[in-house]
Amino acid sequence: MLSELDVSAIIVTIKLAFVSTAILIAIGTPLAWWLSQTKFKFKVIFEAIIALPLILPPTVLGFYLLMTLGSNSPLARVLESFGGSSIAFTFSGLVVGSVIYSLPFVVQPLQNSFSSVKRQSMEVAATLGASKLDRFFTVAVPLSRSGFVTAGVLGFAHTVGEFGVVLMIGGNIPGETGVLSIAIYDHVEAMEYAQAHLLAGGLLVTSFVMLIFVYLFNRHFSIMRYKD
Amino acid sequence: MIECKLNIQLEGFKLDAKFTIPDKGITVVFGPSGSGKTTLLRAIAGLEKGDTGFLKVGDSIWQSDHNFVPTHKRQIGYVFQDAALFDHLNVEGNLDYVIKRKTGLTEDFIDSIYTLLDITPLINRSTVQLSGGEKQRVAIARALLTKPKILLLDEPLSALDLKRKNEILPYLDSLHSQLNIPILYVTHSQDETSRLADHIMLIEDGKIIGNGPINEMLTRFDLPLSHSGNAISIFDARVMSRDTDFNLMHLEFKGGQFVVPDNKLPIESLVRIRVAARDVSITKKKQTDTSILNIFPAVVEEIVPEGDAQVMVRLTLKGVVLLACLTRKSASSLKLDQGLSVFIQVKSVAILS
Repeated sequence: MLSELDVSAIIVTIKLAFVSTAILIAIGTPLAWWLSQTKFKFKVIFEAIIALPLILPPTVLGFYLLMTLGSNSPLARVLESFGGSSIAFTFSGLVVGSVIYSLPFVVQPLQNSFSSVKRQSMEVAATLGASKLDRFFTVAVPLSRSGFVTAGVLGFAHTVGEFGVVLMIGGNIPGETGVLSIAIYDHVEAMEYAQAHLLAGGLLVTSFVMLIFVYLFNRHFSIMRYKD
Repeated sequence: MIECKLNIQLEGFKLDAKFTIPDKGITVVFGPSGSGKTTLLRAIAGLEKGDTGFLKVGDSIWQSDHNFVPTHKRQIGYVFQDAALFDHLNVEGNLDYVIKRKTGLTEDFIDSIYTLLDITPLINRSTVQLSGGEKQRVAIARALLTKPKILLLDEPLSALDLKRKNEILPYLDSLHSQLNIPILYVTHSQDETSRLADHIMLIEDGKIIGNGPINEMLTRFDLPLSHSGNAISIFDARVMSRDTDFNLMHLEFKGGQFVVPDNKLPIESLVRIRVAARDVSITKKKQTDTSILNIFPAVVEEIVPEGDAQVMVRLTLKGVVLLACLTRKSASSLKLDQGLSVFIQVKSVAILS
């Protein structure tokens, strides 16, 4: 059955996924809205930066994150001067890594949905007395419901499934940064196949169910590109 | 009164709209497609922004040199061409969208709007269950709930087939008679214009080329409507009496009395009549042995050539202006000239309401 370590890995993973998804939606929503509305010439640069984690090896991202967040980095020194400490090898560090790594999986479906909200719908809301923020929350958001479901589920699932970034900046500290994907790796290394099966199988089924959910909600689902 | 002086520069198009219109009745904005009708409405609503301009509706200034009131703070009712209901809300939700945001709406006011557009039977439907005409009714009701200072209608009938058009026209008639706010109605349909307009504003290539009471606009020779090939005159009349022996009714207008087939309208009802220029002929002496019933004395005001073989004549009868389209040959043999007193014979009359 599940060892104490496995249980703590499951708890850390779920906690990480929830926290990351919440932050991803909070950051991704305004970002995706801006990308869907702007006529800024160089917006492709921003789109490319956001999409980078889709193609970069996670170890590359993890390595740079370690350089940025590690105890010898300028950022860590600033933090230390305020009485803090480096967030590498902490839960917060994992959250930062996950958010960056999963950002395209949240921004792209949102941008896709926001782009299909007709400008006229927003104009109608304005003529009916709704301010800019009001029309965003009462017209654009409800019309993009399926985009939010897709973004939330993908952001969550992708955070659960990450390995490379976590390995580089997490350090597999039980109860703090020890997550499921690494626990599976450890079991396999130790030839504990039964426990590996239990965790891997559990993840497989969960991911499958989540994707079914996404497809049911959004039949025009595409991760790699948004439609203009 | 509405005072407007707006300049909008769009890609490949310039709107230069300077006009004043009265603060009651329907002003039809009439012009060919691409002439800037919709852009004008959008500019009034604040959906297009020009560098300079002035816009005053009633006592509110919505745009001046240093001031641009954003759309959501202008009290406008805007009805888009395709109704543009929110599909994520049902009919009630669409109407509540305004009711929730607008303070001080009384139940009585809301009920009066629902009655005016017969909304109650539709209230629980989803927007996809509505016909095109029903959608427009909901869209108009939603716009009126904002208690607008001006109602802007952008070709509200153009997406509808004839049957749906006829369904919604009576509602537009009641807007006309029951609302005390100015209505700007964009269309390129002559039928809608002659039925609904009190005033016409003619727009061409982004410029206002004429703006005034409907019959003046229809009969002025310096404007295109009198040369469109189906020139008409429009005036108001009242049902006075009926002749049951012959099943006719008498319509009184400023210039006299029309006799027309009885269409069962009650006595005293106000009607709008349309006379086509090609249904009017001119005689020098009053004919007595003719089948034509509607003969009036009139004075020739102006004659202009219309094509190679015809002339268009503008006549007045006791202040009412009317057009007649004749052949150039008839005009010459009658020696028609400005100021000449003649008789006009009107072959047929259309009753529009």
